[in-house]
Amino acid sequence: MTISSRTIPDRLRSPLEQRLKSWEALLLLVAICIFAANSFASPYFLNAWNLSDATFNFTEKAMIAFAMALLIISGEIDLSVASIIALSSTAMGAAVQMGMGTPILVLIGLGVGLLCGSFNGLLVTRMGLPSIVVTIGTMSLFRGISFIVLGDQAYRGYPSDFSWFGQGYVWWVISFEFVLFMVIAAIYFVLLHKTNFGRAVYAIGNNPTGALFSGIRVQRIKFILFILTGLMSGIAAICLTARLGSTRPSIATGWELEVVTMVVLGGISILGGSGTIVGVIIAAFVMGLVTFGLGLLNVPGIVMSIVIGALLIGVIALPRLWSVWRAR
Amino acid sequence: MKRRTLTSLTAGLSLAAGLFGTTAIAADDMRIALVVKALGIGFFEAAAEGAKEAAAELGGVEIIYTGPTDTTAEGQIEVINSLIAQGVDAIAISANDPDALVPSLKKAMSRGIAVVSWDSGVAPEGRQMHLNPSSTDLIGNTIIKLAADHMPDGGDVAILSATATATNQNAWIEAAKKALPSYPGVNLAATVYGDDLSDKSYREAQGLMTSYPDLKAIIAPTTVGILASCQAVTDAGKVGEINVTGLGLPSEMAGCVDSGATKSFAIWNPIDLGYSAVMLAHAIAKGADAAPGAEIPMGRMGSVKLDDTNSAAMSDPFTYDSSNIDQFKSIF
Repeated sequence: MTISSRTIPDRLRSPLEQRLKSWEALLLLVAICIFAANSFASPYFLNAWNLSDATFNFTEKAMIAFAMALLIISGEIDLSVASIIALSSTAMGAAVQMGMGTPILVLIGLGVGLLCGSFNGLLVTRMGLPSIVVTIGTMSLFRGISFIVLGDQAYRGYPSDFSWFGQGYVWWVISFEFVLFMVIAAIYFVLLHKTNFGRAVYAIGNNPTGALFSGIRVQRIKFILFILTGLMSGIAAICLTARLGSTRPSIATGWELEVVTMVVLGGISILGGSGTIVGVIIAAFVMGLVTFGLGLLNVPGIVMSIVIGALLIGVIALPRLWSVWRAR
Repeated sequence: MKRRTLTSLTAGLSLAAGLFGTTAIAADDMRIALVVKALGIGFFEAAAEGAKEAAAELGGVEIIYTGPTDTTAEGQIEVINSLIAQGVDAIAISANDPDALVPSLKKAMSRGIAVVSWDSGVAPEGRQMHLNPSSTDLIGNTIIKLAADHMPDGGDVAILSATATATNQNAWIEAAKKALPSYPGVNLAATVYGDDLSDKSYREAQGLMTSYPDLKAIIAPTTVGILASCQAVTDAGKVGEINVTGLGLPSEMAGCVDSGATKSFAIWNPIDLGYSAVMLAHAIAKGADAAPGAEIPMGRMGSVKLDDTNSAAMSDPFTYDSSNIDQFKSIF
């Protein structure tokens, strides 16, 4: 997929045909099928409040996924995002014990995310270390600090107005988290598809050397992308902490892989250089709908992971199989 | 259960709308969810057995046995959300985090779902009542009784505990000392600490046998200590002379019971726990008032009386000996 998309075809396909045959169209079809399947399989699925509850299954992860998408398009990755959530949440919890109010807590949450992101970014761009190695290291480092601070204890006692970030509703069934998710999606859509910065990200992912010789400040842009990913993890930490109302060092365990799954399912090439934000948005809904739908049928979590894995492989393999079959 | 899994697998994976089987809506008039810390843990599988037993006894009750893949609060919240969406009648939960689950369980209660926590509790505002497997006094009494049962003529016993600062063990030992006068002839000679380390516990047990040659029983209210003591007594060739008892896990203690080094030991019974949790959830969903001082029935397990925090203790720890060890050693 990625290799072929980089070769230049003799004749461009018409825009409509291109859109219909795109990854996003396929994903949308999958999403619609899953939605229909869920409505058939469970009588409880089509209910405004239930669907609203279902959005909490993916909104926080999706916020990180947008930043991660840009990072992966540029040819890097950040596996420390879940650990940044843990560290950021721990810092907020410690601040609560010192009697800090909600505005300070939010600043601390964002600040820790930002710092962790720049730490990753510095190691990768200034010291030239591979991002997968760096962030596997910081994944243990950040969560390790949380474990040292908290041990088997928990921070609780968050102010009641702070909990609004994770439990509040803007209008009827529309939660604050869902609105934030949509706003962030829009921002990243514009950033990636409508700005020079976004074009530069694609250019770096496709050919870093070429991008450098075209006058793109490759290291600087990568550094910004790491900071953005850290910042998004900080935002997710605020939402998740507010939703749980407590901090334990095991918070958000395993989320890094779910975020990467969401990004890859969204059609972002893991090799960098291609993919769209719309794909990631649809992928977020697909994952949310699948887990919630299976949850309604009381399918054990283990089986749910199998379904998500099968879905990922299936959706990625399908276009390949299709082109092989057509070529015969 | 199996059929539902199949149905949902099809639902999740198939891309053709024609393939779906519709899940039959259960005809049972009450659905009770037993939510555990994580699926695939023997202790909780056993609790689910007890839950099914309670459902069969009550009639017209469907048990939804569920839980996350790993022991996280986030995972349990997703499970709770889907249970709220299904409009179950009651949730009986063993919590991964006493605080993080409060908002979602509050939401469940506001939608008319009865919420009971068991084994590992939820903060009082997030549930209607909590069922402890046992209480400090009951455990303290049981460990002395287990030793006394096998020493008709009385004699010296010693306690081998975990660390000197272990809150649970110290409370149990305190309670055991209080219960001691009810067992005339039983004399507590010493209390030593093995720090819940196998080798240290083993050496402490050896020390006890040297210091008190007439020792009749070693009581270890810790799963590490009881196993190490049993090993020490076996290695010293004193099986039959010194009875090792206390709190242990059937899977680990089966060998000791077979060799006779341990005549009996105790721990809470997960089957009874699941059974009682479902009985209580059923009673509260049917309208029983969960308030301090209230007494709520739980089938063959009798009834419990709620304390000031709406908590209650189920029963004496369950006693395991050669008659039932084979049945339980594969469970937990």
